[in-house]
Amino acid sequence: MCEHGCSCSSAAAEKFAELDTFIDGLKLDPADARRRGRLIQILHRAQHIFGYLPREVQQHVAQKMRIPESAVSGVVSFYNFFSTKPKGKYVINVCLGTACYVKGSEGVLRELERVLGVKADTDPTPDGLFSLTALRCVGCCGLAPVMVVNDKVYGKVTPAKAVAVVEEIRAREAK
Amino acid sequence: MANVTVTINGTKVEVPAGATILDAAKKINVHIPTLCYCPDVGCGTANKPASCRLCLVEASGIRPRPVLVPACATPLARDGVEVWTNSARAMKARRTVLELLLSDHPQNCLTCAKNQECELQKLASEFGIREIEYQGARNNFPIDESPAIMRDLTKCIMCRRCETVCNKVQTVGTLTGNGRGFSAKVGTASMIPLADTSCTFCGQCVNVCPVGAIVGVSYVKKVWDAINDPKKTVIVSTAPAVRVAVGQEFGFEPGKPVTGKLVAGLRALGFDKVFDTDFAADLTIMEEGHELVGRVKEFIAATQAGKSVKDASLGARLPILTSCCPGWINFLEHHFPDLLDIPSSCKSPQQMFGAIAKSYYAEKIGVKPEDLIVVSVMPCQAKKYEAARPEFAPGGIRDIDYVVTTRELVRMFHEAGINLANLEDGEYDSPLGESTGAAVIFGVTGGVLEAALRSVHTMLTGENLGGDAINFRAVRGLEGVKEAKVEVAPGISVNVAVASGLGNARKALEMVRQDRTRFQAIEIMACPGGCINGGGQPYIHDGDRKGALERRMAGLYAEDAGKPIRLSHENSDIKKLYEEYLGEPGSEKAHHLLHTVYHENIRS
Repeated sequence: MCEHGCSCSSAAAEKFAELDTFIDGLKLDPADARRRGRLIQILHRAQHIFGYLPREVQQHVAQKMRIPESAVSGVVSFYNFFSTKPKGKYVINVCLGTACYVKGSEGVLRELERVLGVKADTDPTPDGLFSLTALRCVGCCGLAPVMVVNDKVYGKVTPAKAVAVVEEIRAREAK
Repeated sequence: MANVTVTINGTKVEVPAGATILDAAKKINVHIPTLCYCPDVGCGTANKPASCRLCLVEASGIRPRPVLVPACATPLARDGVEVWTNSARAMKARRTVLELLLSDHPQNCLTCAKNQECELQKLASEFGIREIEYQGARNNFPIDESPAIMRDLTKCIMCRRCETVCNKVQTVGTLTGNGRGFSAKVGTASMIPLADTSCTFCGQCVNVCPVGAIVGVSYVKKVWDAINDPKKTVIVSTAPAVRVAVGQEFGFEPGKPVTGKLVAGLRALGFDKVFDTDFAADLTIMEEGHELVGRVKEFIAATQAGKSVKDASLGARLPILTSCCPGWINFLEHHFPDLLDIPSSCKSPQQMFGAIAKSYYAEKIGVKPEDLIVVSVMPCQAKKYEAARPEFAPGGIRDIDYVVTTRELVRMFHEAGINLANLEDGEYDSPLGESTGAAVIFGVTGGVLEAALRSVHTMLTGENLGGDAINFRAVRGLEGVKEAKVEVAPGISVNVAVASGLGNARKALEMVRQDRTRFQAIEIMACPGGCINGGGQPYIHDGDRKGALERRMAGLYAEDAGKPIRLSHENSDIKKLYEEYLGEPGSEKAHHLLHTVYHENIRS
């Protein structure tokens, strides 16, 4: 058992410590109702650290900020960006915005679903390596169709190019 | 602020700038339908998210062309706005809005707990909806049941009244908007069951829900089964606030006490004995008054021995907090673990009643506690949760078997064909039926403290208060937090506070955290206004919550003023109970039966 009352490992304890350092640095005043304005910023960082926002993390944020857990949960459930389920180590986002769509991004998405063996916007691959999600517009329509893997943007993607990226990651991770 | 003139359906009306179209229409008796809007969910707080769009009206003078605007949330900033509430365009828009709402709402009104109390159903009736044109997707959520409150989110229309009262008025923070778009509903954190949250079961969400999405859990069937079981002796007791609320459902003036009719009605339902929780309220004053006097004496002795006022207050565990209200006790255990030692250790009157009924009374009539069924009629949802607490079931036998709310009792009367208006007044049975005026006012904010002060005066001076001195008017009224300095005996004054509504309780408790010497006694009730506004009371449909509460409050004080005995310690059945059974207030037996301990139970 870690200090947060959950059965998480020391790796998770380190993540909680990292989050605490961030929240403490914001110097929230528990008497100031405006501290709630920092919630999205904190959740953004928490998701960056943990990869997703399970209930223990939401409870931890609520306790740290001295706000009800429901206030955290309400925001997490509202924004598509926040996820309460774990994501793969590599999150592959395929743009289905208008420009990418007419340039054939749906074919890219279907091919990735086939190669990875998971449907878009569902659970990660069983090895935990990939999550596949569809999004609407990354803001670089000139590169359509666009695929984003974690923070890296790939432009003018074809189904074959997308599979090559997956293969390259698999090979790298297998080492 | 300056006034503006607006024309509504051709009639000019002047309102203060900033008033809404709905306010202006009300002024000239023009009815605009509303649904999410609620002028007072509690403590005067309005809910107007303008999310349902049922109050759409057509208005010119706001935009270049006439537009549809929500009347509840459109302020009138300048002269010259012209409004049509019943133009073809406005009426068609409102009908479409209602049909769309109904298209994702279950149509099982016949079996819904809110049948004939539902605001959506009433609108469908007023609009003459005969079929729903839109057949589309429907939400489907599992029902969440706790010991006290049941949520059926499939019926939720996202008016968010419950969320407003839970967060803004009660500051409990259990309910939140969850998800987005079509499937958005008001729920708990991560949609966990209510029983696992920080919910206090105050039931204020039940009071304001316009539909059947949040209702009380009904124990009516279990009570009928007990009444009809020949092996069981079934007794009932009535909380003070029930008698000033139940009458309105049978054509009596709202707020009028109908105590005698209530007793006669309960007897007609088949209860073996009809008792009064007010008896236990008098008993509470004996024990709590004894505690208060003990702590004040300890404080005085400590200051005389040279201790600082602060140290003496801490040592004597002042201020003492009342402990009658189970919603407030839940709030305390969830949020104020540092103050768990200062409330009175007294059980609530309901639990005192149960403990005495299953010991003293059961012995007296020679019935085994397990064959004695004790039913409470309460204005409250939290009482159901309280009655189910394990510490109130010694040996696995609950002190209070079932709790029904005022609303459930009204349904029992209707089902049995009993109309209180046609009954002769009845009298409570003995020995747990006698009560004083001091007990009756437990049902309104300030009443418990006033009742205690009356008896504390006698405990300190040996003399009873008489005449007008018996009325402690400084602690009366519906204000959220009341403060007063009261002379309880010559030369002994105490600073007291009264808070009702959990948001106000939070304020009072923050004052205590900052300064332990500011007050010596504080009364706290979870519901704004006290039990007269409990989560189990008849619904207030006209939006005038304050008016309804003022009438119920006046009814209780009138009942008190009309009682021959108005001091708890003069209750002859109480005197007998101490002589025959308990000994003295604070005795070991009294402690065993009538007192409890509080537990830290932090919920996020």
